[in-house]
Amino acid sequence: MKFLRIKAIAKKEMLQIRRDPLSLAMAFLMPALLLIIFGYAITLDVNNLTTIVYDRDRSSMSRELLAELTASQYFTIVRHAETPHEIDSYLDKGKARVALSIPADFSRDLRAGRAAQLQIIVDGSDSNTATIALGYLTALTERYSLQLNGGRAAPAIDPRVRVWYNPELKSRNFIIPGLIAVIMVVIAALLTSLTVAREWERGTMEQLIATPVKPPELVLGKLIPYFLIGYLDMAITVVMAVFLFEVPLRGNVALLAVISAVFLFGGLSLGILISIVTKNQLVASQISMVATFLPAFLLSGFMYAISNMPPVLQAVTRIVPARYFVAVLKGIFLKGSPLRLLVWNALFLVIFGLLTFVAANRKFKKKIE
Amino acid sequence: MKKSIERIKQMVVKEFIQIFRDKRMKAIVFFIPVMQTLVFGYAVTTDVNNVPTAVYDLDRSSESRELIRRFSASGYFDVAFSADSPSRLQDALDRGAILLAVQINRGFSADLKKHQPTSIQVLVDGTDSNTAMVAVDYVNRIVQKYGRELSGANVPQRLDVRSRAWYNPELKSKNYNVPGVIAMVIMLTSLLLTSMAIVREREIGTMEQLMVTPLRPAELILGKTIPFALIAIFDVVLVTVIASLTFHIPIRGSLLLLLLCTVIYLLSVLGIGLFISTIAKTLQQAMMATFLFYMPAVLLSGFMFPIENMPPVFQYVTYVNPLRYFLVIIRGIFLKGNGILLLWPQMAGLLALGIAMITVSSLRFRKRLG
Repeated sequence: MKFLRIKAIAKKEMLQIRRDPLSLAMAFLMPALLLIIFGYAITLDVNNLTTIVYDRDRSSMSRELLAELTASQYFTIVRHAETPHEIDSYLDKGKARVALSIPADFSRDLRAGRAAQLQIIVDGSDSNTATIALGYLTALTERYSLQLNGGRAAPAIDPRVRVWYNPELKSRNFIIPGLIAVIMVVIAALLTSLTVAREWERGTMEQLIATPVKPPELVLGKLIPYFLIGYLDMAITVVMAVFLFEVPLRGNVALLAVISAVFLFGGLSLGILISIVTKNQLVASQISMVATFLPAFLLSGFMYAISNMPPVLQAVTRIVPARYFVAVLKGIFLKGSPLRLLVWNALFLVIFGLLTFVAANRKFKKKIE
Repeated sequence: MKKSIERIKQMVVKEFIQIFRDKRMKAIVFFIPVMQTLVFGYAVTTDVNNVPTAVYDLDRSSESRELIRRFSASGYFDVAFSADSPSRLQDALDRGAILLAVQINRGFSADLKKHQPTSIQVLVDGTDSNTAMVAVDYVNRIVQKYGRELSGANVPQRLDVRSRAWYNPELKSKNYNVPGVIAMVIMLTSLLLTSMAIVREREIGTMEQLMVTPLRPAELILGKTIPFALIAIFDVVLVTVIASLTFHIPIRGSLLLLLLCTVIYLLSVLGIGLFISTIAKTLQQAMMATFLFYMPAVLLSGFMFPIENMPPVFQYVTYVNPLRYFLVIIRGIFLKGNGILLLWPQMAGLLALGIAMITVSSLRFRKRLG
């Protein structure tokens, strides 16, 4: 292996990247765009749930309950229904997600010391929002119930809940560290999965084969420029996450830098491996999407908790490298985990990087079929 | 006109031969969407079950054991182990081995027997804010229910709350997510295939050969698009059948309407794919541009993040996203049994988007060929 030849390949690759400024621009635009969307546009936090109210009681007590409902910020009353049919129509059309129906004898029952009825309907199609909405409503009605009892009956057992690592339960803090992993996987796959296949399709591979360059030199030479781009992307992402979105970075930055480099190396090697094996850009793009992007997005624990998946799928996630990197990122960012706690994840990433790099080298044949 | 149809037919035949010449493409086009739908249908769940939990019981009474039993019996918590020191709880949380820790202090049962208010400590890993929020809600419900039962009927329950969830009474997240996954998977496959197909001709150099044939630009575009439209329609049917059988997703509405809407949806997706292919000069650019469109399209579609929670600016952006309209349609037909009377605005939106995209890309395409 000669350093000079690696350098020559890297230089050639860099020239090629420079000639395609549109792709390069997109490589930097992608992480920024994703971060902005995750930082500003979307949230898993449930608030301002559209609510339709059908109040047949129209008493001071029912109004008091509704005032509590709107004061909570979780619910926005979009309509006071005149007939029960309106509830159906609002829920069917998706104009409201929650319906609250107060019967005519609500205040009379309460004054008489009887239990008063209250009917709640939620649009269950989005089960997550519905579960959280029901939780809010249960807490709200229980509090109201306690107030009616004059606050005398304190709950028998008071669960004192403390939330660690992300005390305000901000979904932004939960998602952005994992997003870094997803961005890097996507960039790595997009950048490298076509790079060898392209040479085959355009016929420039024959020229490369005619040179004395050896497979490891070619793979490394192709890797280096993309590594630099990917690493810069990752640095931009981390800086934006910490300074723009104020995600806490509690752990060691150097540790983050080292493990990210290991992961990026593996991701790029995988892209090159796909490119070498397929020799066809159309096939390579589809395979890299299936092998990298979607698992990183959905099977890494980035957004969907692995412990909620069926056991078979949980076993599958064990071979998804992004899973380990997401665990590392969340650990370093939110928990301030030291290397001691992350050592198995890091070790897996090292093994993954080595395996894909070796496989890419072995699969690359300097032969024309 | 007759000649034109004949030319388009020839072009479609050529495309099919080209697509399937590489045997791996057959697998990619038919097997991958199915596999993705199955894997992601199982993976994309926001149901909170089996939260790994540890308990640290200092009271060791029948009351504390009963409370722990209720935690495991609920199905929401998987009581993985009993700790013997607070530091072990902390360590397990740090390592991520558990997400929730419950500590019951000495005096818990004594307080309860004396009818004194008592408390338990609950520690939650808030990293995953969504799971944490739902888990805390479950903890509250279990503990409060137990507390009420112990204190007997002396606390009158003043409000009798009857809640029901419509359309998805068991609040299963897969009923909501699987239709979304179908829409998402089909979009990615068809976008990537169309956007790359034309660019590929240019990159390999066969575009010149096509240009010397009597094919008109519109015929070329149609000939390029029709094969992918056919493949995508076939994929939708295949994936829908397999998904509804595997995941037992109810289909309450009309399948015919779903098919019609799918065709309109594909029109706009393929239109966007064509548009990308008029911008991109290389396959690399086509692939990156596809992702640059696809990722925001998924995130800003309401697939996992409700659109009404977004700031107004982003809500407007979603109007140029075909996935946004199709998600309302596919979920509406599957879960709510919505008909054309409720869905026509979405269909109109998709149709307008599709026609606009195809017109713009045809114009751009003609310019580049000329």
